[in-house]
Amino acid sequence: MKFVAVTACPTGIAHTYMAAEALEQAAKAAGDEISVETQGSAGSEPLAPEVIASADAVIFAADVEVRDRERFAGKPLVSGGVKRAINGAPGLISEARAAAEAGPPAGGAPATAAAGAGARAGGPGPATKVSQDAGFGTRLRQWLMTGVSYVIPFVAAGGLLIALAFAYDWQITEAPPVTEQFNWGSLESWAALSFQVGVASFGFLVPILAGFIAFAMADRPAITPGIVGGAIAVTVGAGFLGGIVAGLLAGAIVMQIKRWRVPKAIRGIMPVVVIPLIATAIVGFLMFVVIGKPIAAVTRGLTDWLNGLSGANAVLLGVLLGLMMAFDMGGPVNKVAYAFAVAGLSTGTEASLEIMAAVMAAGMTPPLALAFASTVRPRLFTEVERENGRAAWVLGASFITEGAIPFAAADPLRVIPSIMVGSSVTGALSMAFGCTLRAPHGGIFVLPLIGRPFLYLLAVLVGTLVSAALVIALKGYHRRATAPADVDAAQAAPVAA
Amino acid sequence: MSPTNSVITADFVDLDLDATDREGAARSLAQRLQAGGRVTDLDGFLADVAAREKQMPTGIEGGIGIPHCRSIHVSEPSLAFGRSPKGIDFGSADGPADLIFLIAAPEGGDASHMTILAALARRLIRQEFKDTLRAATDPADAAAYIQREVSPQ
Repeated sequence: MKFVAVTACPTGIAHTYMAAEALEQAAKAAGDEISVETQGSAGSEPLAPEVIASADAVIFAADVEVRDRERFAGKPLVSGGVKRAINGAPGLISEARAAAEAGPPAGGAPATAAAGAGARAGGPGPATKVSQDAGFGTRLRQWLMTGVSYVIPFVAAGGLLIALAFAYDWQITEAPPVTEQFNWGSLESWAALSFQVGVASFGFLVPILAGFIAFAMADRPAITPGIVGGAIAVTVGAGFLGGIVAGLLAGAIVMQIKRWRVPKAIRGIMPVVVIPLIATAIVGFLMFVVIGKPIAAVTRGLTDWLNGLSGANAVLLGVLLGLMMAFDMGGPVNKVAYAFAVAGLSTGTEASLEIMAAVMAAGMTPPLALAFASTVRPRLFTEVERENGRAAWVLGASFITEGAIPFAAADPLRVIPSIMVGSSVTGALSMAFGCTLRAPHGGIFVLPLIGRPFLYLLAVLVGTLVSAALVIALKGYHRRATAPADVDAAQAAPVAA
Repeated sequence: MSPTNSVITADFVDLDLDATDREGAARSLAQRLQAGGRVTDLDGFLADVAAREKQMPTGIEGGIGIPHCRSIHVSEPSLAFGRSPKGIDFGSADGPADLIFLIAAPEGGDASHMTILAALARRLIRQEFKDTLRAATDPADAAAYIQREVSPQ
């Protein structure tokens, strides 16, 4: 038989080539032909399209995302890590033989192609962070993280545009639509434009979240049912929770459909027509008729409960919001707290402005704390983390909590509790000080819109120091306790690799 | 452009490596690279090696450990080879490694330099390469053998 293979590892100087050599030897020993593309640092010689076309099966031996993997769409695929190829190449070859005999996957695209842990940035086409051998809990987290990572740019772009508009005039929400009234010479019109573009961007948060959760689970054909399901979640008032459910549903349904054995004639149109059509219809039905309303009720209940907490127990509310903001760093729990604060802004009451201030302050501390910790104790962090740390200063100052994700992904059990404690302190202090904020986003760049700015900065500073001290203490203790063979961290690390 | 120096010389070979763990082995071999002017900052380089090792242990079945990294503290692609009579655990399931290759690649090294390291990685899979190094008695012979094997034909 003829096979093609791609090998790739994080450093790209050793395992990539060892895996290639091992596969070539194993194929030769089994009497097969194989062409290997080594995606390493010595330059990557792409496989010729005719070689791919004539191959009976594809083998991915990769610990990172395979570049340009859509070239192999529709081929029977076997995938594993590079070590699997180095230590057990004959096994992979015989699996590839079996896959070739079983025929191509129904989805038309490699159904189990998410071999790599750790998305390789800059490759063409969207990437996921899903490692397929991981347990269900880990994969669920990776699905959600993939969805969240595609939402971040929408939040950043939309949030900063809105903040800019608020910086000009915090009642800019009242401005007429720019389609009706736009005056080139008027700052008011430009601020209104900025606000309305930002709102348009925010309108995509839930659909994109759902679409790319589905994508992480079941690849490209799942994007459409995911996005449509997310949009319906917005329509029925099910919000972020609804979006997550819609994304998971869409991914699960597409995974199932891909298992169907279909006649060769329609195999080619499965990923572009049949799968999106069927899956979108099913997800749409479920979201509109079956589960949309219960989720909307839960979301509403959560919001009412948070509202009920304010007033009497403002400081406690600050603690709770801080915990939520830091818990998943821009994930669904964080967004529930954030959406709660933003929704309050439109009421304009003092309490709601205080909540907004507490939420933003608590969302700024996690990246700042990790930036600070990696600056003062660089030895506790990897080189990649130290680089992330430098960016985290800016991200934290801009209220982009996601800046903490690379650290948390590499070492969740020590990082997440630390930043939750610090953020809860910040949230409580901000509420206790009575700081207020009229903008939904912007970090220190909207300081002029903050009531009691010095106390606000103090709240952020204290939380940052608390989180940083905890991270340093936990990492330092862990290092002494289990060094040097840190298998636990080694398994959690690929996401940050 | 091809490298002007050998990736490995007799000075980078230790046929009786007496380190007992990965860190010790990497440090001992890295000191040889430092003495040869290939590694500019020993601690910085070892931190980079440890960071890579932490992502996933570099032990390979068949008694091989390949601590490696790309580092700004490396001046040109270099290789140090150590043979450990007692064996050192490099995290491979089948037991400790007796052949240890410390691979040092410069950060941002161009592709033509990296082909040498790629060629080395491929040799590590070949039984004959391992057998020859296990039987070697003279560091200079071992270095010359490795250099010959990885040089572009």
